[in-house]
Amino acid sequence: MSKSLAVEEQVVTTTQTIPEPETKLAQVLVTIIEPSRGWISLKLKELIEYRDLLFFLAWRDISVRYKQTVLGAAWAIIQPFFSMVVFSLFFGRLAKIPSDGVPYPIFSYAAMLPWQYFATATTNSSNSLVGSSNLLTKVYFPRLVIPLASVLPAMIDFAIAFVVLLGMMVYYGIAPTWHLCFLPLFLLLALVTALGVGLWLSAMNVQYRDIRYAVPFLVQFWMFASPVTYPSSLVPEQWRALYGMNPMASVIEGFRWALLNTGTAPGPMTAVSVAAALALLVSGAYYFRRMEKTFADVV
Amino acid sequence: MSDLAIRVENLSKRYRIGVRQQRYRRFSETVMDTFSAPIRRLRSLGKPTPPEETIWALKEVSFEVERGEVLGIIGRNGAGKTTLLKILSRITEPTEGRAEIHGRVGSLLEVGTGFHSELTGRENVYLNGAILGMKKAEIDRKFDEIVAFSGIEKFLDTPVKRYSSGMRVRLAFAVAAHLEPEIMLVDEVLAVGDFQFQKKCLGKMGEVARGGRTVLFVSHRMSAIRQLCPTCLWIDNGRIRKTGASSPVIDCYLAAVDKSGETAEAVFDEDPEKEFQLRCVRLLNEEGVLAQRFDCDNPVIIELACQVHRRVPGLYGYLSVSREDGITAMVSDSFDVVPNPLDDLPVGTYSVRITIPARTLGPGQYSVYLNFASLLSFKGFSVDTPGVVCTFSLDDFVSRRGNKRAGFFSTQLSWDVSRVSSLLPTEN
Repeated sequence: MSKSLAVEEQVVTTTQTIPEPETKLAQVLVTIIEPSRGWISLKLKELIEYRDLLFFLAWRDISVRYKQTVLGAAWAIIQPFFSMVVFSLFFGRLAKIPSDGVPYPIFSYAAMLPWQYFATATTNSSNSLVGSSNLLTKVYFPRLVIPLASVLPAMIDFAIAFVVLLGMMVYYGIAPTWHLCFLPLFLLLALVTALGVGLWLSAMNVQYRDIRYAVPFLVQFWMFASPVTYPSSLVPEQWRALYGMNPMASVIEGFRWALLNTGTAPGPMTAVSVAAALALLVSGAYYFRRMEKTFADVV
Repeated sequence: MSDLAIRVENLSKRYRIGVRQQRYRRFSETVMDTFSAPIRRLRSLGKPTPPEETIWALKEVSFEVERGEVLGIIGRNGAGKTTLLKILSRITEPTEGRAEIHGRVGSLLEVGTGFHSELTGRENVYLNGAILGMKKAEIDRKFDEIVAFSGIEKFLDTPVKRYSSGMRVRLAFAVAAHLEPEIMLVDEVLAVGDFQFQKKCLGKMGEVARGGRTVLFVSHRMSAIRQLCPTCLWIDNGRIRKTGASSPVIDCYLAAVDKSGETAEAVFDEDPEKEFQLRCVRLLNEEGVLAQRFDCDNPVIIELACQVHRRVPGLYGYLSVSREDGITAMVSDSFDVVPNPLDDLPVGTYSVRITIPARTLGPGQYSVYLNFASLLSFKGFSVDTPGVVCTFSLDDFVSRRGNKRAGFFSTQLSWDVSRVSSLLPTEN
């Protein structure tokens, strides 16, 4: 099946009303279904129309998660907190990795926050399509909704873990500066990156079930390629921009800069990261749309 | 603008059979393929692709549906009915051809798609409504109506996992029934549930149809089609075989089914994708011999050979025996036995014997419909849908009225006669 489902919608005005009591507008939506080739439009307009579904799917994941787990919200704290303890012990105390002049625990925790969000969001969205096979084969909706909805629930965990960070800032006597205003932008960059990766991997996962096993490995590998346990100042100056090809490097550095006023201020590296993340997102979205036609038949 | 609701032109859908058997490819295989494929392609240059690799689930189907028309779609299992609905509801793409749809489409290929058992009834109404394409404001507005229709007000804040299967289906249908698209595509959703539920569904369908909406309705139940759809479309092997006023089309269909589908035995190829599968069904007489003609004084034994690939919690079987005119004469499901013997069967092969006792059904031609489903399955409600699998005939050789006995039953009733003194009822 090398062709794809192209659906063009246009609004045609008619003079005649539809025999349905609620529809008073004499407008009929005309949908044309035919196979087409090549690249397909992303149809973002339709995606916006389905925003309620997006919301309900994200909300389902959140509510089910907190209903099924005993510790519920505590998990959002346990994971980054204990990682921080272990990192502080081994990397901070024993390996004496520099931490840009702030205490190592808060240095690594500030990085764990966006990292944990990214790791969870990426894993969830990569498995999202296969996990919704019952929907894919029975109902129509813009398929992009599924990976999109799956990067949102991890935000709740992020928010909970963020409270702990505020506590730590008080403990270490670190006052926030106006840099804090930029924090949402860095979080958005993490979301865009996770979504970009998620779009690629979720679409591939439908066809190749190996992806499910490759994702944990990828995430682990990616963590060490990101400055979670070390400052990016360890990377030689001339390589910094190239290092920005990993958007998470800029996200983490940005978090440290915005929260702890350390590390490097956003610069060329951040610009490279934003470009890389957008490239990942746009290419992922087009790849996803291209593969979409096979989902219902293969999944 | 004409009154057109749907125009379908030369719609075709090709499936690769190979894809069905080994759907998921390993990444390494694809990597190997990229190296070996050019060589293979060079070798096979000029040779046409072998025809057995693909099947046409739908081939050059063209028809038009006017606004407000209620069109029934009939045909044997695997004839392409569901594929057609899936293309029209944009779940899957056509391989060739074109369809034009004037109006908002709501498709109902399954009741309760996306229900989550951890969520409460209230939450599921919203989730399911959104999945079916309703906006939150729309669900808010119809919420009370939906709940009233389902009749489960008391359990609205109970997780759906504590619901009985009947309650689940009722709630799910209530949501679906309040969809208000201009065009409804409905698959065999009415084949499940108890009689009361089926009646309610049919009633609602009739209401929808009278409301002037365009409906495409797929069913195996000829009585339902006759009742709801003035016109109907018969699909056979992916092509339109006949179309027109329902009654003559159904008669032709039933006649054709009787000729070609008259079997006492049906065998199905293994499909490892299915968790549970009917592999073979045979009609046996009392001596255990394969038969198709039975007499009313002996039982009809329906013997099934089934294979469990993975355990299915809540699995049950559904059997309906229909008369030649499409009217359901008898329905049984495995819940008739308590506890349900098919529930959560361990992996393995099983034999199931269903016996229709002697002197139950009246003389005539019957077809046997089978379906396996579970409300608890992770993969969706339908587990295996073999559909109409066999036909048999019953003769009454013994009773005096014999084959001329009308009605549903051949049960011989007792006529107790005793001499009395007065024609008036005796007063004690």
